[in-house]
Amino acid sequence: MKQESLMKRITGFRLFLPILCLLLVLLVNLIQTPTFFKITVQNGVFYGFIIDIINRSSGLVIMALGMTLVVASSGGTDISVGAVSAVAGAVCVVALGTGEAYQMPYALSLLLALIVGALCGIVNGFLVAYMRVQPMVATLILFTAGRGIAQLITGSFILYVKPEHFSYLGAFLPGVPIPTPCFVALFLILLTWMLLRFTTLGMYIQSVGINRRASRLVGLNSKLIIFLTYVFCSICASVAGLISVSRTSSIDANNVGLYTELDAILAVAIGGNSLGGGKFSLAGSVIGAITIQALTTTLYAMHVAADQLPLYKAMVVIIIVSLQSPVVKKWFSGLKSKTSYSEPAKEAN
Amino acid sequence: MSKTKSGSPQTDSVKALRQIKEKILGRNFLLFVTIVLFIAMYIGGLIAFKDKNFGNLQVFLNLLISNAGLIITSVGMTMVLIVAGIDISVGSVIAVTCMMLAAMMENANIGAVPAMLIVLVFGFVFGAAQGFLIAYLKIQPFIVTLAGMFFARGLTAVISLKMITITNETFLSIAQYKMYLPFGATVNRKGVLVYPYIYPTVVAALVIVALVFIILRYTKFGRSVYAVGGNEQSALLMGLNVRRTKFIVYIINGVLATLGGIAFCLNTTGAFVELAKGFEMDAIASTVIGGTPLTGGVGNVFGTLFGVLIKATIETFVSFQGNLSSWWSKIIIASLLAFFIILQTLLTMRKRQDSQ
Repeated sequence: MKQESLMKRITGFRLFLPILCLLLVLLVNLIQTPTFFKITVQNGVFYGFIIDIINRSSGLVIMALGMTLVVASSGGTDISVGAVSAVAGAVCVVALGTGEAYQMPYALSLLLALIVGALCGIVNGFLVAYMRVQPMVATLILFTAGRGIAQLITGSFILYVKPEHFSYLGAFLPGVPIPTPCFVALFLILLTWMLLRFTTLGMYIQSVGINRRASRLVGLNSKLIIFLTYVFCSICASVAGLISVSRTSSIDANNVGLYTELDAILAVAIGGNSLGGGKFSLAGSVIGAITIQALTTTLYAMHVAADQLPLYKAMVVIIIVSLQSPVVKKWFSGLKSKTSYSEPAKEAN
Repeated sequence: MSKTKSGSPQTDSVKALRQIKEKILGRNFLLFVTIVLFIAMYIGGLIAFKDKNFGNLQVFLNLLISNAGLIITSVGMTMVLIVAGIDISVGSVIAVTCMMLAAMMENANIGAVPAMLIVLVFGFVFGAAQGFLIAYLKIQPFIVTLAGMFFARGLTAVISLKMITITNETFLSIAQYKMYLPFGATVNRKGVLVYPYIYPTVVAALVIVALVFIILRYTKFGRSVYAVGGNEQSALLMGLNVRRTKFIVYIINGVLATLGGIAFCLNTTGAFVELAKGFEMDAIASTVIGGTPLTGGVGNVFGTLFGVLIKATIETFVSFQGNLSSWWSKIIIASLLAFFIILQTLLTMRKRQDSQ
């Protein structure tokens, strides 16, 4: 009896499926590429598949943090994150200029980029929270216009930043063997977690996500909470954009953060979060983001062409979300308890 | 003189007038705004680009010619939005359609007509798969079609990573078959009388708009689509088969997306992996500008037609102007989108207050 309840407790654990997915992906790697977990030191920095996965997934992890809160509070998705990261990257590069030296202090340009990112979030948040527009439609506006705005900022050129230390944010700090994006991601995860854990904000977001009206009636400022999550999401997207710009020391407004919005939403879904809003798990989203990157790296390691990648990604996604679907879950538990599962509503025609 | 319940003919006519007014300002207000906006933009274009032959009928027909595929796809999208769903896979489906057509005709020597039929079957199966996951397994449409989008794009790359140009004669003869209109002729620079023309894809697009309009308005299935989109719970209680309705809508949408893909392919006569990227957002934006909100239960395919035309007109403006970067058309479309969304919101807000 005790064993069974333990089993149930494990399978009932919220992060069970996300972690299982990640482990499965890693297991495939272990069989396919035995050197997968080997970490070597080259030029004073760590090098290996695992480091690569963690490094590359940092941007996605950061985006997934913001997306999780947006999904939790409003039950919708922010599809403008990719475009917003392009805008933030463009602002940063243009502010620094393409000369041998920066036009303005580095920190100031980062701040400027984050402010512009926050402005994008304010537009999204205003439309969703105060105008009551469906999140996907509201963010569709910036999704459509965002890259255009980024192109206008850069003058439709691919700009390069010359000073070498511009690439520190996206690569390595001198003397530190671990990629910088990992620290940024870790810092943001901790910051968000503490903010939600040690203030009531996390509970407020869940409450608003579960029932907006009821939360308002108990005295929560539902609108403000939803608004803030959108601003936060855009700031996260800007940070991801800055990392991506720094990685290549250049801005290509067409390609920075292209399709990352989809990956970010997937990360949230794979992490076991309901896209209908309400309860959320930051850890799940982080695991989801790493799973996606692990899958991508795995497929590259198996010599799948970059363009063919989505096919396999799609199949994995469908399997994962099907397993999480309430209908399939019910069906499974029906099998387990051997009680026939009857349709709750038999249609007439 | 016996007075009937309905009153004198005069009050009847007043009532009729009020009904017309309500019709314009009520249910079809958004459609009305869309059409007025399109006409206003077109007149604006006539004034601004007088010296560039903007008034030429062919310029108007070119709007339809270059967007026939988008019209067909957006009609499917309208149905999906009415049933309170969304489909972001259509861009990739169009890419895979073109790639399949090209690969079958060029590499496998399959005739143009069988190739098109095979592609339509693919659209049916693809739509059915998405519909099954959405309607029967109750997974969010966004996630399912997101996966569908990845799947179709990946499949395109699996078929061929290189660009394929179509040289099939039957296919090209369909693509280049000009249907001249019997009116609206203009004299060109050489002094020859030229009649405006359209391609078969335009006829197909307009027929589909009319067909889907009739289905949505006059058939039992069409009405249940609105009912399911408006309120799923009450549709279920009314005895409608909610799941089957959704399932069929996604199948129709899949077939229409491949049909749109065929029309698109007739325009491009070639295929490559990156084809039609971001097309789904064009389709959604056109549909929303056409007066179909994403909340479901409301919508009109004629509005969608005008939504596509508005998008096409903006693009024509930008290309006629000559100096503007093509990014401006994206920014203008986005601001129009914002305008329509806010208008829709204000309208539904007012209605909510009215009903309370």
